[in-house]
Amino acid sequence: MARHVIAPVADLPVGARKRVILEGRPVLVLNIKGELFALSDTCPHRGASLAEGILTGHVVATEPGTYVYSREGEILRCPWHAWEFDVRTGRSWCDPKHMRLMQHAVSVASGVSLLESGCVSASEAPIKERGCVSASEAPLQQEGPYQATTFPVRVENAYVVVDTPD
Amino acid sequence: MPLTGAVDCDVHPLTPVPADLVPYMDAYWRDTLEVRGLDFWETIAYPANAPLTIRADWRALKPRADASPDAMAATLLDRHGFAHAIVNCLFPLQSFRDANLGAAFARACNDWLADTWLSRDARLRGAVVLPVQSVEMSVEEIERRAADPRFVQVLLQVMGDQPLGKPQFWPIYAAAEKHGFAVAIHAGSSYHHPVTGSGWPTHYIEDYAAQAAGFHTQLGSLISEGVFVKYPKLKVVLSESGVSWLPSYLWRLSKFWRGIRNEVPWIDRDPLHYVRENVRLTLQPFDVPDDAATVARVMDQLGSDDLILFSTDFPHWQFDGDAMLPKGLSAAQTRKILIDNPRATYARLA
Amino acid sequence: MTLDAPTRDTDAHSDENAAVVKPNRLAIIDGDVHTAPSSLSELAPFLERRWLQHMQTYGSRKRHGSNYEPYPKAAPRAMRRDAWPDDGGLPGSSLELLRTQHLDHYGVEVGIMGPLGLSGQGEINLDLSAALATAINEWQRDVMATPEPRLKASIVVPFEDAAASVREIERLGADRRFAQVFMLTRSMDPLGARRYWPIYEAAQAYDLPVGFHVFGAGGHPYTGTGWPSYYIEEGAGHSTSCQTVVTSLVMEGVFERFPKLRTVMIEGGFGWLPALTWRLDKLFERMRDEVPHLQRRPSEMIREHIWLTTQPMEEPVARAHLNETMEWIGWDKLLFASDYPHWDFDDPFRAFPANVGDSRKRQILTTNGKAVYRLG
Repeated sequence: MARHVIAPVADLPVGARKRVILEGRPVLVLNIKGELFALSDTCPHRGASLAEGILTGHVVATEPGTYVYSREGEILRCPWHAWEFDVRTGRSWCDPKHMRLMQHAVSVASGVSLLESGCVSASEAPIKERGCVSASEAPLQQEGPYQATTFPVRVENAYVVVDTPD
Repeated sequence: MPLTGAVDCDVHPLTPVPADLVPYMDAYWRDTLEVRGLDFWETIAYPANAPLTIRADWRALKPRADASPDAMAATLLDRHGFAHAIVNCLFPLQSFRDANLGAAFARACNDWLADTWLSRDARLRGAVVLPVQSVEMSVEEIERRAADPRFVQVLLQVMGDQPLGKPQFWPIYAAAEKHGFAVAIHAGSSYHHPVTGSGWPTHYIEDYAAQAAGFHTQLGSLISEGVFVKYPKLKVVLSESGVSWLPSYLWRLSKFWRGIRNEVPWIDRDPLHYVRENVRLTLQPFDVPDDAATVARVMDQLGSDDLILFSTDFPHWQFDGDAMLPKGLSAAQTRKILIDNPRATYARLA
Repeated sequence: MTLDAPTRDTDAHSDENAAVVKPNRLAIIDGDVHTAPSSLSELAPFLERRWLQHMQTYGSRKRHGSNYEPYPKAAPRAMRRDAWPDDGGLPGSSLELLRTQHLDHYGVEVGIMGPLGLSGQGEINLDLSAALATAINEWQRDVMATPEPRLKASIVVPFEDAAASVREIERLGADRRFAQVFMLTRSMDPLGARRYWPIYEAAQAYDLPVGFHVFGAGGHPYTGTGWPSYYIEEGAGHSTSCQTVVTSLVMEGVFERFPKLRTVMIEGGFGWLPALTWRLDKLFERMRDEVPHLQRRPSEMIREHIWLTTQPMEEPVARAHLNETMEWIGWDKLLFASDYPHWDFDDPFRAFPANVGDSRKRQILTTNGKAVYRLG
């Protein structure tokens, strides 16, 4: 497992989203109502970047003509074909067995602990990416354990950290 | 392949003319027919002399093969040893704009069918024609026939005023489900709209081709509106649909459902599921080339051997000679199509 | 670090597509790119003053009675959510974004424009219909195709008025920046009807294929049994309007009368064609005396005269079903289209399952388009 510094916590306020490249793969980090989520940013259906997808609720019906709406803001809809993904599980609503987004553990860590542990940094990729990203061509950014690409990790700050499996 | 014991799920009697139906009407309607000169009522479907309407060799018989139960039996049931045939009367009462008139003809048609066909041959089963102009009157007609076990399905046309999944039609499905009737949706139009979304085609050949598109619409409507969610035991039989249009239509419906299922959240599984559970298709016409390899591929695309119910679509010209089964079906498929699938579909087929 | 330029997708995430041909070696011909002016004012320089004022005062009046489409879409204006330009304009209005997000990104050599907004088709007022068609044609030519030669314009015709349509084809037909004549599948009469024949005659004379794109307002309910309730039904039902077009073109003898005519069905998918062809052949065999003007079987005419764009790609559960369906239609009859920037967009490198194979993909992505459109 590798740990990646994404951003200072203050840079990911409620409602914010950030797209980063971790080990060559695009990952979308979201702050939904104060809770952090990190998902693969490649739609498993046709490869769109989900970063520009809208967050909606989950609708089901008890019978035709009824709309039971819950979990507002926790369903990510692909900006292309509108498939729905549960940000908590990464699963596609329509095909949960075969279509799911890789989930990453997200945590908040202090600058002190990060500096002590030697964490790898994340590279940012703008959300206006305009198309899907090839993992093979995306930069693998590991400039150094103590500094993220666009910001220095400081002892006094807290940071959003995403784990990737080995 | 022997056809013995087969259930033919779509045969047609020679369509009655109003004079045939008058004996089954009350005094008011009898007089109305005379006063208003309603001595004929036809639509542009199945032109009397068109080749499709009755096969030439069956037309040439004296009496023609669809003229009576005996004539039909000689051509079909006796000849091949069918166990049953389900008789769908295509008198175009759905085209009346007046629901009361439609209901009077529906009652008369159903009485006429029971009296002149079902009572004459114990193997025959019937479809209850519905005056779809009025859902309430349609339900009344279903209730009226429920006690007669010879009626096994109710009959709707594939093109009417509105797509049939809309909730206004649901009392029909509730009544059908309650009494164990299958709901047959058969090729045909009330002609209250042009048969295509782009107006009236010039030729009859185009009109008949367009009927298959009507089945796309009705299946999409029944599924999307949630009819099978509301009535999970309902069996809908798509009759004379052409069959081979189904797989690609379902690919499309399934694909769109994945993106816009939030518009119809009661559809909580792939639309394909509802077809497997609730929808069946009669065999003829089977719009597939006459070669075993292509038939096998189409059957594979259909994805289930449970979907097809044997039919000849007698006396319409859908096949020549006795070639009523597509080439290349396996023995197991044939057995299911001829016997098992119809019997599993028609709860009232004792 | 940021990614400065969008990178082409080579499907490294997906094993099944690992063998995709390198995009830069394929010159993609995209049969359906939706460019659009963002507003009437962007079209104003090309619209007669009389009709500009008319639009400002009375607006569009289409044969479905709606100022928009009858069914609310899956996404705003049916667009990909990532295709809205930063300048606030409509997707498909910004040449810059179209280049970076689509033409450059995928290596599109030629994109055939199919304008749907403010294009006049379906307008009840036929003079307005013709004026808007003219304006959108000049907009495509001057604002899009001239500065960006990878984009080819369509001659949008006010097809309910054949005479005006022919005038438009004659006005623009010699201009190689236009690659096809553009019609919609929903019409007042089935599109093989004789009142549309002059359009096909003119298209044939200029060696222009006629594209029939789904949608349109013909003044009828969208189905032969009235209006469905839901967008999902409309979306799944486009193939039925395509079937009406094909049936009518064949049975009216359009291909007998205009033997060099090429037609392209756009955005209706393609899975529906084999069953329709089989049905028409069978009916023709039984009732050919009703259509004695036909010398050949429907399947032969379809095989020779009809191409289909692949979008929205059919997605059967079993991939083999897609292959055999394409086989039935003919690998030389399918043209890639992306439908950019609409929400049901197809990515040229992800839309096809791997088992289609590289050479057939090349046919669909490149070769067939070069054969059917008037390019160069």
